[in-house]
Amino acid sequence: MSDHETFRQETRAWLETNCPPEMRQPIRSEDELFWGGRRASYISAAQRIWLDRMAEKGWIAPDWPKEYGGAGLSPEETNILQTEMGRLGCRPPLSSFGLATLGPTLLKYGTEEQKREHLPKMLRGEILWCQGYSEPGAGSDLASLATRAEDKGDHFLVNGQKIWTSGADKADWIFCLVRTDTSSKHNGISFLLFDMETPGVSTKLIKLISGYSPFCETFFDNVKVPKKNLVGELNKGWDVAKYLLSHERESISGEGLETGQLSLGEMAKRTIGTEPGGRLDDPVLRARIALFEVRAQAFRAMSERFVDELKHERGHPAQASIMKYFGTELNKQRHELIMDARGMDALEWESERSRGGADARAWLRTKANSIEGGTSEVQLNIIAKRILQLPGA
Amino acid sequence: MPLFHTEQQAILADTVRPFLAEEAPIRHMRALRDADDRIGFSPQLWRSFGELGLNGILMDESEGGLGLGHVEAGIVLEEIGRNLTPSPFLATAVGAVTALKSGSVSQRETWLPRILNGDAVGTLAVDETVRHRPERITLQADRIGSRFRLVGEKRFVTYGHVADVLIVAARTAGSEDEELGVTLFLVEREAANLTAEADRLTDANLAARLKFDGVELSADAVIGEIDHGFGALSKTLSALCAGVSAEMVGVASGALSMTVGYLNERKQFDRLIGSFQALQHRAAHLYAEMEVARAAVLKAQQLLDSNDQTAEQAVMVAKAMTCMASALAVQEGVQMHGGIGMTDEYDVGFYMKRQRVLAESFGGADYHANRLARLAGY
Repeated sequence: MSDHETFRQETRAWLETNCPPEMRQPIRSEDELFWGGRRASYISAAQRIWLDRMAEKGWIAPDWPKEYGGAGLSPEETNILQTEMGRLGCRPPLSSFGLATLGPTLLKYGTEEQKREHLPKMLRGEILWCQGYSEPGAGSDLASLATRAEDKGDHFLVNGQKIWTSGADKADWIFCLVRTDTSSKHNGISFLLFDMETPGVSTKLIKLISGYSPFCETFFDNVKVPKKNLVGELNKGWDVAKYLLSHERESISGEGLETGQLSLGEMAKRTIGTEPGGRLDDPVLRARIALFEVRAQAFRAMSERFVDELKHERGHPAQASIMKYFGTELNKQRHELIMDARGMDALEWESERSRGGADARAWLRTKANSIEGGTSEVQLNIIAKRILQLPGA
Repeated sequence: MPLFHTEQQAILADTVRPFLAEEAPIRHMRALRDADDRIGFSPQLWRSFGELGLNGILMDESEGGLGLGHVEAGIVLEEIGRNLTPSPFLATAVGAVTALKSGSVSQRETWLPRILNGDAVGTLAVDETVRHRPERITLQADRIGSRFRLVGEKRFVTYGHVADVLIVAARTAGSEDEELGVTLFLVEREAANLTAEADRLTDANLAARLKFDGVELSADAVIGEIDHGFGALSKTLSALCAGVSAEMVGVASGALSMTVGYLNERKQFDRLIGSFQALQHRAAHLYAEMEVARAAVLKAQQLLDSNDQTAEQAVMVAKAMTCMASALAVQEGVQMHGGIGMTDEYDVGFYMKRQRVLAESFGGADYHANRLARLAGY
């Protein structure tokens, strides 16, 4: 038996023994996931046990080095673990934006002290991170950001405003892009980490078209940040920022994958014929769903290829832009079709029957997919310039 | 298995790419068309394929083949697509060879060596109506004692007018839309009462209409079991669909690279037109579509090669996705070239014409999306 086959069998056996049955149920809403943070509470004892066991094993971020709380698994082993978790229907023990984005960034750019301080806590879900990137005047043109960090000897003094800070009202720490030199656009940006409880930090919720408020405006008024919280070199934060963005793109592109959700085809199958003369009794809608499913399944192959290439350090670095672009556009289309297929039911906004307008609110939420983390148009710019090598304007 | 080419597969691509680029670039196709060639391909080039061993790509090593799979066949087909090379490779080395896998030892011993050295051409005759509907076979094969008598018509048979051997899907029992009762026959081109009329298609390639006016065959001509040929037919069609998809990826990437080249050289308003964002975004969108199609094709090829039970579904996805993405590639190719793209002298139009024919071959996006929906149960 090959080493990989042995690992697969051991992994399967371990998961079967250690993953509580409650943690193998399909996820019905985001509330059932554990997002971590100082103020977080577990929804069940099983959720806590599952996180503890996986963290103990180093399998929250299995491919990270052991000294920072990972398990040092090879790409193949990581893949086997993910496949086996999928096969058993194991829920992710921790859903963490920081884990997927700041984690790899600190591994690459962080000091030894930063890695030891932040990575183990991230893996245990002790600290919830938010991202201070966009500003009112710096959206797609992110590098024009203006939040200032003045050098005050032993600390930076931060003043300014961020916007679209996901979960800033709940977050414990922020990773933040600040301007440390006004004479150069890209070479005057630095990457800072700081505690959201630092005096001078305040947040305000932004109400979105979905009725939810996942984003905040975040204000900094004379916030003191210790010098040791600078990631990478002073004024070289743009490189760090871009590296993190490529990981963010990968995690957002996963939206198009229908992971843990019913495929549209499956949804169609369950609905067709159950309501004579009703919603899916419509050949044109059926055809649109069928053509969508072609794209969704093809994109699944694309994701598999992307992950395989990433693990083996092949493929063009700008491939992440293809994933982000295609995945988010696909997800928007998916929710348009769900709205079409569910007809009038999908329009209810408050009723219990509609789980508080879950379909409509999810549909509206997806509209941000192609805006956040770099708009579709920005991704197309990247593909055009970096892959197709088309000339600059 | 990771979803990218292995080192050996990359080496194969590095061998085939210069071979076709030198021996059969687009001007080779143009020359055949302009000479009104009635064979439809260069027999000499077909023998060169044989000398390189490419024709045996899907044959077992024990039969003199390379013992490789659909990923490797796809590598050859992508280059055929990129160069718009008229070649019986798909019909013969993929289609006929896959069908013969269900054949008898004597059938294989008769045909495989001749295919291997580039002497014989084989092709599948399945289509009867204006659209690909292999689930409705009406060409009648009546039993007369131990013999069969074929009456009916086939159309859209690639190189059917010059093929040495035809693989014909006929009905030996059941009604026209039943799977049971379909039998595959090997029919030699020289058979009595068989006539072929070659049509030149939009893309300058030749496809035949075949008339079976009482073609008599012995039981030796049956591939596999009588009445139970649908399984072998489906396998052959899956192999052909994966192959056509790979060829369309080649056609589309040929069109895309020609177009990107043009965007980088054509100036208007004192600037390269490739610097206009309106064109950049369309080119980038198209590239993303093509990358997704390429991944879907490789996935289907790998699943076919590992005899996975989901292979047929993956082939439907690959064919449908590739039809859509490559259609965009060739249409954008012509549009972004502007007026010159409309001229016969410039090559980009050839890609558009070839893509149309390949998309129709063995069912287009609509056909395969519909099958996928049925399979999913809606």
